[in-house]
Amino acid sequence: MKSGPKFSAAVLWTLMILGFALVPVLMRSSYQLNLASHVLVWGLFAVAFNMLWGVTGMLSFGQALYYGLGAYFVGLMVEYLGSAWYLPAIGIGMLAVAATSFLLGLLVIRVGGVYFTMLTLAFGQLAWQITFKWYDFTGGDDGIQGIAAPGFLQNPIAYYYFLLVLVMLSIWILKRMAYSPFGLMLRCVRQNPERVRFLGRRVRRNQLRVYMVSSLFAALAGSLMAGIDNSIHTDMFFWTTSGEVILMSVLGGLNQFFGPFVGAAAIIIIEDIVGAWTEYWSLIIGSIIMSMVILFPKGLVGELHQLKLRMMPPKARRSE
Amino acid sequence: MNAILELESVHKSFGGLQVTQNVSFAVMPGEISAIIGPNGAGKTTLFNQITGHLLPNSGRILFQGHDVVGDSPQKIVAQGIGRAFQIASLFPDETVLDNVKVACLSRLDQTRRFWRPVQRFRRATERAHAILEDLGLEKQADRLAFELAHGDQKLLDIGIALVLEPQLLLLDEPTAGMSPEERQRTRELIKKLWKAYDLTLVFIEHDMDMVFGIAQKVRVLQQGALLAEGTPDEIRNNKEVVTAYLGEA
Ligand SMILES: Nc1ncnc2c1ncn2[C@@H]1O[C@H](COP(=O)(O)OP(=O)(O)OP(=O)(O)O)[C@@H](O)[C@H]1O
Ligand SMILES: [Mg+2]
Repeated sequence: MKSGPKFSAAVLWTLMILGFALVPVLMRSSYQLNLASHVLVWGLFAVAFNMLWGVTGMLSFGQALYYGLGAYFVGLMVEYLGSAWYLPAIGIGMLAVAATSFLLGLLVIRVGGVYFTMLTLAFGQLAWQITFKWYDFTGGDDGIQGIAAPGFLQNPIAYYYFLLVLVMLSIWILKRMAYSPFGLMLRCVRQNPERVRFLGRRVRRNQLRVYMVSSLFAALAGSLMAGIDNSIHTDMFFWTTSGEVILMSVLGGLNQFFGPFVGAAAIIIIEDIVGAWTEYWSLIIGSIIMSMVILFPKGLVGELHQLKLRMMPPKARRSE
Repeated sequence: MNAILELESVHKSFGGLQVTQNVSFAVMPGEISAIIGPNGAGKTTLFNQITGHLLPNSGRILFQGHDVVGDSPQKIVAQGIGRAFQIASLFPDETVLDNVKVACLSRLDQTRRFWRPVQRFRRATERAHAILEDLGLEKQADRLAFELAHGDQKLLDIGIALVLEPQLLLLDEPTAGMSPEERQRTRELIKKLWKAYDLTLVFIEHDMDMVFGIAQKVRVLQQGALLAEGTPDEIRNNKEVVTAYLGEA
């Protein structure tokens, strides 16, 4: 039993990476590659978001702000400075987001609870307004088209593998964090902040740290998105984008590290299937997701985990 | 010998309600003492003022000669005052082991480490197991805290407090809600911990076997005021205390 959990984790990682790595080989159209890319980017965005909500208990309704910033740093720098700036723009965008999330974090974390949620929403919408209105610089509602990645990354398959490596690396880093002492501290902050203070630890300091981490990876997801469709749009800042990662987390399971990733995949695939099939897609998607949440209150991954626990002999449950 | 904890005319009121009235007393290092009094007498409120969770309206609270009034709970716990709460204050979704371990990691200043998994922090893990052993909770190490029986949750709360190596430990009704057998066990356990950890211990209790069984000194609170203070025998024979509180029991 000792090597049990570790072994199965390794198997899951291998299967997941192998599955995504085989998409370009097995696909029948470039459309499927596009779909897999969307799953990866949204999966990263959702997992990063869940560090904030599921792990630490901070429901931000404004992570689109950082997702959008990541995308627009790449879009604008490539537009104005050339495609050689594509990769540096990813790094510069993340640095800018580190600074922004630090400063905004100082403010929004002070208020806490519902006010935190509302304030993050307000800042996200503010960024959307600015991007929308500042047509001369950002292209406003037209967004930015023709964002070309440099050199060999122009090849969609090469770009896909580039994306796959960065996304998996990021998720791995986040997973290490989630199971480290820092991650344990974050879960404790969610469950009993008063007690955390009485361990001599600072609640807000830890909240600020995870807010920055989550925002940083949201920005990375946004910047990677810019190269998939070669275009970006103000919608990336819009509140519906923030809402979508919330939905993905709920659907996949807040209490499971990979829950939001699975939730992202499920929503993207459902949207794809239903969207191709009927024009009433948003209504149908809404109903499907609603029934899934009602049927699987712990989320898809949470319910699977529960099932696994139930089938195990009680003794073997230790260390789960 | 100097007192480890000294209260000097502490006052606290909530609106018109006087919950602490001119309370003064001194706790000597190494002492084990009890605070008793009817429901609503202001016992928990007194603890809250000592640990920085509430600010007294006036008066001084000296811990090792230093006035802690106005310090945050965070700062006070770092100075060496530990506390277990009337309602166990735990991390319900974490395992029993991790509840203690997060305190160990805090103590070792390792809570910012974000790369190695929690299990690989050897010192914190060993320390956490040792504490659970002392509390008799070792068998439950892998259960989630919320699944524990009420009494065990209270013990776990004490365990978390012990990890931080307090010089002064405050326990708020450690045996509340326990069966008579559990009370008996907890009484022995607390006495053992008091010795083993070299603590100064102040506990609030309604269970008189515990109060008169292990306390060296008893303080009686009534309507926020200190009604009496003395050895268990003195308190047992104090007329005022008997009419005000003990008589009813
Ligand atoms: N934050 C607060 N605001 C207003 N009143 C309070 C507050 N905290 C406690 N009180 C009141 O102060 C009084 C003393 O409460 P406290 O909890 O200290 O009593 P206690 O002696 O611990 O009683 P018990 O034995 O029931 O735990 C009670 O009347 C209570 O209602
Ligand atoms: Mg009380």
